Amino acid sequence: MSAQESVAVSSETAQQTPIAQKKRSAEERYYYASQRELIWWRFTRHKAAVFGAVVLIVLYLCALFADFLSPYSMDTRFEGYQAAPPTPIHWIRPDGGFQPYIYGLQRKLDQKTFKWIYTEDTSKLYPLRFFVRGEEYKFLGLFKTNIHLFGVEGAPIFVFGTDRLSRDLFSRIWAGARISLSIGLVGVFISFTLGVILGGISGYFGGVVDDAIQRVIDFLLAIPGLPLWMTLSAALPRDWPTLKMYFAITIILSVLGWTGLARVVRGKILQLREEDYTLAAIGAGASDWRIITRHLLPGFTSHLIVSITFSIPAMILNETALSFIGLGIQPPAVSWGTLLQDAQNLTAVAQQPWLLIPALFVIATVILFNFVGDGLRDAADPYQR
Amino acid sequence: MAASANNPLLIEVKDLQTYFFLHEGTVRAVDGVSFNIYEGRSLGVIGESGCGKSVTAQSMMRIVPSPPGREVGGSILMYLRDGNGAAEVVDVLKLPAGGPKMRSIRGQQIGMIFQEPMTSLSPLHTIGDQISENILIHEKGVTKKEARERTIEMLGRVGIPRPQRLVDAYPHQLSGGMRQRAMIAMALICGPRLLIGDEPTTALDVTIEAQILDLIKKLQADLGMALMYISHDLAVVGEMSDEIMVMYLGQVMEHSTTDEIFDNPLHPYTVALWRSIPTIEGKLERLVPISGSLPSPFAVLPGCRFFSRCDRRIPGVCDAAPPPLKEVVPGHLVRCFLYQ
Amino acid sequence: MLLYIIRRLLMLIPILILMSMVAFFLIELPPGDYVSFRIQQLKMSGVEVSEDEAQRLMIQFGLDKPLPLRYWQWVSGIVLRGNWGWSLQWNKSVNEILSERIPMTMVISFSALIFSWMIAVPIGIYSATHKYSIGDYLFTFLGFIGVATPGFLLALIMAWLLFTQLGFSALGLFSKEYLDAPWSWAKFVDLLKHLWLPLILVGLSNTAGTIRVVRNNLLDELNKQYVITARAKGLSEWKLLFKYPVRMAINPLLSTVSWVLPGLVSSTVLIDIVLSLQTVGPVLLRATLAQDMYLAGSIVLILSALTVIGALIGDILLVLVDPRIRFGRLAK
Repeated sequence: MSAQESVAVSSETAQQTPIAQKKRSAEERYYYASQRELIWWRFTRHKAAVFGAVVLIVLYLCALFADFLSPYSMDTRFEGYQAAPPTPIHWIRPDGGFQPYIYGLQRKLDQKTFKWIYTEDTSKLYPLRFFVRGEEYKFLGLFKTNIHLFGVEGAPIFVFGTDRLSRDLFSRIWAGARISLSIGLVGVFISFTLGVILGGISGYFGGVVDDAIQRVIDFLLAIPGLPLWMTLSAALPRDWPTLKMYFAITIILSVLGWTGLARVVRGKILQLREEDYTLAAIGAGASDWRIITRHLLPGFTSHLIVSITFSIPAMILNETALSFIGLGIQPPAVSWGTLLQDAQNLTAVAQQPWLLIPALFVIATVILFNFVGDGLRDAADPYQR
Repeated sequence: MAASANNPLLIEVKDLQTYFFLHEGTVRAVDGVSFNIYEGRSLGVIGESGCGKSVTAQSMMRIVPSPPGREVGGSILMYLRDGNGAAEVVDVLKLPAGGPKMRSIRGQQIGMIFQEPMTSLSPLHTIGDQISENILIHEKGVTKKEARERTIEMLGRVGIPRPQRLVDAYPHQLSGGMRQRAMIAMALICGPRLLIGDEPTTALDVTIEAQILDLIKKLQADLGMALMYISHDLAVVGEMSDEIMVMYLGQVMEHSTTDEIFDNPLHPYTVALWRSIPTIEGKLERLVPISGSLPSPFAVLPGCRFFSRCDRRIPGVCDAAPPPLKEVVPGHLVRCFLYQ
Repeated sequence: MLLYIIRRLLMLIPILILMSMVAFFLIELPPGDYVSFRIQQLKMSGVEVSEDEAQRLMIQFGLDKPLPLRYWQWVSGIVLRGNWGWSLQWNKSVNEILSERIPMTMVISFSALIFSWMIAVPIGIYSATHKYSIGDYLFTFLGFIGVATPGFLLALIMAWLLFTQLGFSALGLFSKEYLDAPWSWAKFVDLLKHLWLPLILVGLSNTAGTIRVVRNNLLDELNKQYVITARAKGLSEWKLLFKYPVRMAINPLLSTVSWVLPGLVSSTVLIDIVLSLQTVGPVLLRATLAQDMYLAGSIVLILSALTVIGALIGDILLVLVDPRIRFGRLAK
């Protein structure tokens, strides 16, 4: 059924109920709304999805402005602050005034366990300041600056603690967010391109081509992904530069990632190909390319967006897994996965539970993407009840 | 009420109200329906889809989908007779729908055949399994082997060829007509006092329909059971029933013996129904469709429910108060202000 | 029926051949060949390799022969002699390394599948029969979180919680005292103690997904006419539920095996690495880190092949339980 027809049908049937009658004006708006507007309306009604979308946008912005947001660079070492816990931030001054501040940290060696024990030195307080000058960095790669969102003068602040090489975990998490969050987008872009092209060819031309592509997809889907990715990335030279490695990992993850999208595209094309308006276009002598881009693609963009939304977190997760076990992004580059390598040692985690914070970021990101995807899936079919 | 009182009373439905509580509002699917069913006699129920005829039957079986449906008022008295003729009277509506007493009535006292032979049987079980299950539920101490023998015998009786083989067939291996025969076998295997057919032939071809109708009539006579036959097809109802009840939007509009209602239809709705179907012996007349469509199922109408479509309506009277159901000729009930 | 199984078995052959090619491609993938790598390794450990020795190794591993021939040698070694090759890193045959670990991995994957069904089916039935109740909402929400939560990260967090809160080390499949002990009842109990966590974690996302599938299927089935027919027979609600709609609702689970299993095997490998279980996961990790490609390639091939066979078993079981497919095929 074409979009126009189904709007008419659904509003007609809806008008028979008294509730719909009350909403006559809303019905009219519904009737004249474009598909994009309909999707948007339905999506905004999905509270969890809107929440997810907003938080994700904030996360991506934070990653983009990671240098500005974090007080230090990702590999600055703080001598004497090895494996320090998160610095407590106090809000009310001892004299009663409101002001965020921290105390300096003292450490002493536990003679029995030979572990450093950190305590607050309450003799002097250091106020937390905003837009402070600190280490120099290149803002968005454009110009040099040394202004950071927040910082403390005179004492270091570790919002999420430090690792065993005494680097600030908070700063490292945002640096890692750049790779982890972007690899989802880049990876999905690659699998998306492959998926749309191959799925499109498969669905549109059918026949032997379709059979061949479908068998390849069946085959790839039958292989357990992780062992394959592990083995493929094992073959990558370890000394490749970060950027090269980044793209290599992305491509490896996309080897299997495109299959799902190709399935969606093919299924939808098979369905849309039989629609009257497509047949009319064929009858009018339109070229294959024109039919695909003008008549078929618009028909399933909403479904594609839904599939993509669910593919991004899967991609992020797979990168995290590979980097976590040491086969993905290689140090000194950081991603959430490489940060989690430190958490592999159970005794280390027992003493420094803040090492698990990157895991919370990954889990949150994945769940948020799922919220959004769920909302989009419900919204993508405004005509379907 | 109709003159069938020679036979003992089997079921007495009084002022039955079954409502569906939906998100959009309340649907009064059955709204104050009363009728009697006598042993060995047949009652035809006719009306358009959505008039509440199926829901009435489901209420008698207490299988109205709930939620959203619920029997909110009235009573359904069942006369359960033992071998000596002594009757125990049970109000079906007072029994818990899933309780043992109600379950012993279903399938054993009342058998039911549904419209869709395609979907009425589980595709994962053989028809023999599904039919003999009925025996095993209701008759204690019957072995599986005996149940199977009886099932085969019953399958033969409803006209399924090679019952020894087809007892092990799955529904999808049978044609629609064969499946409906299997359904009849399932409904009759425990020898119920009443068989309810809820449009059992609507989904079948005309030739098959005739066979199934003959089969049901024959079995009704052989087994001496009562029949409640629900259909929107006048001809079929006329052939199957001793008396006919015409329903519209949850209410009985007219109720009389089949002969009386065919010879002397009184209610404008019944008349309109009669006019909208061709007759074999009738003169060449134009078929007249009933004008308009059904009002919203959620609407609460102050007057006669047929008002909006009636060609003999009296504005100011018919839309002011609901007409009562009145016996205008002995044994002939009509709900219309024209006959008050 | 039999024809169907035979046809499916025959279809398996090209898939397995293709898989072996992929595995061989992986083995040949790293730059530099096997022998020079080994010579380098020997040199690093202080063993001098003569030119003759190198030549002998080249011939032993068939590196003087063209690629297709090398592939043939490798594959025929596997098929005819069951010889999976030699691990440089362990200096042992691949067979020896994997003989205990592969079954353990597959046991965990399959048990996780069964386990997730055992949890998900009752919950799905409850959710469908108590639609829109508090319990239904709760399970739907938990299921949603479960689908999205990555098992291996949860494994990290669970291992940390168990360790700090209960002092229980979830790492490994056995406690130290049973590690090399022969199989006994006590060892088996010890195994179960360690196995529940990986089973839950591996099956997590499948459990959540299955709850959704069962709930939606059952809601569909509950409205079908055959349920009303059965009810009209006087069948009690519980018997009715389990004999008819539940069976219809859970049959399709078997058809999901073919696409769920690869994911399960993947997450088994990963979670076993996190929890350092004595399965194929940690071995694969070490092999890949050391570029021990014969071992890594073999593992990929074996896991893939077993996954495909597992999926095939699922499909065959589906045919066995669903007469519509069973007889439909026969008729054609």
